[in-house]
Amino acid sequence: MIYVKHLVKRFGIKVILRGLDFTVSPGEFVALLGPNGAGKTTFLRILSSLSRPTMGEVSIAGHVLPGDASGVRRRLGYVSHLPLLYGDLTAEENLLFYGKMYGVENLSQRISEVLEMVGLTSRRFDLVRIFSRGMQQRLAIGRAILHDPDVLLLDEPHTGLDQDACAMLDGVLRQVAVRGRTVVMTSHDLARAADLATRFDILSLGRIQASIHSDDLPQDGLLAFYRTTISDAAGAKSIQAGVS
Amino acid sequence: MFKNQPRALILLNWISLGMLVAAILMVFGYAPVEAVMGPVQKIFYFHVATAWVGMLGFLVAVISGIAYLIRPRKNMDISGLAAIEIGLVFLAIAIVTGSIWARPAWGTWWTWDPRLTTASIVELVYLAYLMLRQGIEDPDRRARFGAVYAILGFISVPLTFISIRLFRTIHPVLIGSSDPSAQGTFNMTPSMLQTFLFSLLTFSVLFATLLWHRIRLGQLEDRVDQMKMQAE
Amino acid sequence: MRMAFRSFMRALWAVIWKDLAGEMRSRELLSAMLVFSLLVILIFNFALELKTNARAEVTAGVLWATFAFAGTLGLNRSMAVEKDRGCLDGLLLAPVDRSAIFFGKAIANLCFILLVAIIVLPVYSVLYNQNLFVPGLIGVIVMGSTGYIVVGTLLSAMAVQARTRDILLPILLFPIAIPVLVAAVKASSGFLLRLPYTEIQPWLNLIAAYDVVFIAVAFMVFDYVVEE
Repeated sequence: MIYVKHLVKRFGIKVILRGLDFTVSPGEFVALLGPNGAGKTTFLRILSSLSRPTMGEVSIAGHVLPGDASGVRRRLGYVSHLPLLYGDLTAEENLLFYGKMYGVENLSQRISEVLEMVGLTSRRFDLVRIFSRGMQQRLAIGRAILHDPDVLLLDEPHTGLDQDACAMLDGVLRQVAVRGRTVVMTSHDLARAADLATRFDILSLGRIQASIHSDDLPQDGLLAFYRTTISDAAGAKSIQAGVS
Repeated sequence: MFKNQPRALILLNWISLGMLVAAILMVFGYAPVEAVMGPVQKIFYFHVATAWVGMLGFLVAVISGIAYLIRPRKNMDISGLAAIEIGLVFLAIAIVTGSIWARPAWGTWWTWDPRLTTASIVELVYLAYLMLRQGIEDPDRRARFGAVYAILGFISVPLTFISIRLFRTIHPVLIGSSDPSAQGTFNMTPSMLQTFLFSLLTFSVLFATLLWHRIRLGQLEDRVDQMKMQAE
Repeated sequence: MRMAFRSFMRALWAVIWKDLAGEMRSRELLSAMLVFSLLVILIFNFALELKTNARAEVTAGVLWATFAFAGTLGLNRSMAVEKDRGCLDGLLLAPVDRSAIFFGKAIANLCFILLVAIIVLPVYSVLYNQNLFVPGLIGVIVMGSTGYIVVGTLLSAMAVQARTRDILLPILLFPIAIPVLVAAVKASSGFLLRLPYTEIQPWLNLIAAYDVVFIAVAFMVFDYVVEE
């Protein structure tokens, strides 16, 4: 579903991603873990077609980026750090707008469904401006799944959510996963990630350093796995630096 | 002093210097003193030549900009910025020399004549270009926006000129149609024309030399940044 | 092909509708532009000692200066809305042609400035006892604003991504907009002075040329302004 080979992303002379390889099969739920500044957001922005790769191959559902971006965009939902919503429109109007942009069929029915899923049915006529951070995040997730995308990308979706909202989000994500959709989610919350994902990839120093399937992971072993990978990667880098 | 410069560039340095000296000698020794305006007319040779270099700079910048948008290469960004910096300086010289000429010819330092006005607006366009670049951190975006703005600015120049031209002009039109109402017009003798053309050539060579230096400087800057990154 | 056109039009309308609906609710942008316009006219009143029965040439200049200043205010705000909650990313993620987004924003911005003009013109007429309801003048306002707003929308998309975003737009926009502003002022005063059409026509041609050239260029370069 997602195929990335030797992806390099540079901002000017700063190298963020240095030859990243990443493959996801349809229906997988991948949690992308890694320290701050590892390039997780940059990587998701490239997958979402918002940012162009400097070098390397990226293809999603058979559409090659950046050439066939519109093919990718049609089949992709993206939840970013920002809600991507208009404060002066109501919850319903926001979804109406994005639904039209994506050409969603039976839009009004779909909007009701999505609002129900994210638990905002009672707030559908309220302005997004007065929404709390958590409610904005709920609607942002609704916006991302409105056109029923095959691939859902989430950039730390749990940040700033209370327990209820987190539970709601997990519910929505499970529903999406059950329907065979592919999900890539970055997270700092290892416990939540361990709960949801079927695969854990650790991004550090611009590369995927390790990848493990949830079945291969010992009980409560994610934190240990994460720590060893990060320290190994850092160790390898310092050895490299010492040699050169 | 010229260490590390490519041979061709060193050669070009000396050629520029030689031609500049020759041009000055021609202006003061070869070209006759103009009968009506007197010695002040001599400023005209360098005035037109600097204005020409200004426009040449903006032309190079727009070509670099288009090339950059087609295929992003760092060098195209560097040459675009280099050309605009040089263009700004030379057009400013042209405005000042024009003003020095305008004083005896038209009796005023400044007139709202189309060319003078357009030239000052062009200066503002490219100062805005520099401010735009200053406001953007990401080097790729800076290069892209610079390219786009260089293109927009360049396209606006002829339209600005036409719009101001539709107001009446008092600028002397030297080549082509002679407007009898224009003051300060004069006929060029062959030796004047030769001097004029030689000045144009000299300044074009000077432009090429400076552009080369400025591009090299940009590339060196880039290398320093890269080395700093690696050192981290 | 027809499908592509229909999805283009659908996206275009969606963007325009979204901007107008949001604005009709908050009225932040319009009220700011409007109050600002009236203040500018007030300042010109003292700066130029405009009498009632102000001269037509001055009127045209004051009107266009007002539109230009109020325009940058509106353009800045309209693009800041897209940047605030990351909405520009939301627009770019949609599987629609970028030009639909650009023209949607530009048309919405044009609606805003024309709405301001609709209110400013009668107010000015009353204040300075001058009939501004000349069909030609209305035409010039529509044509001139179009060019101004197209360039302004493009530049505001650049300015909003810069560190110095609020102060940058007028600096970028004014030197490039000079031809259309000069031509619009001259054409407007031509109509107000009831000059023969042949004297106004060169100015109208210039505005039309500016509109066509910059719509075409903006169409070509907008991708480079919004994409990373």
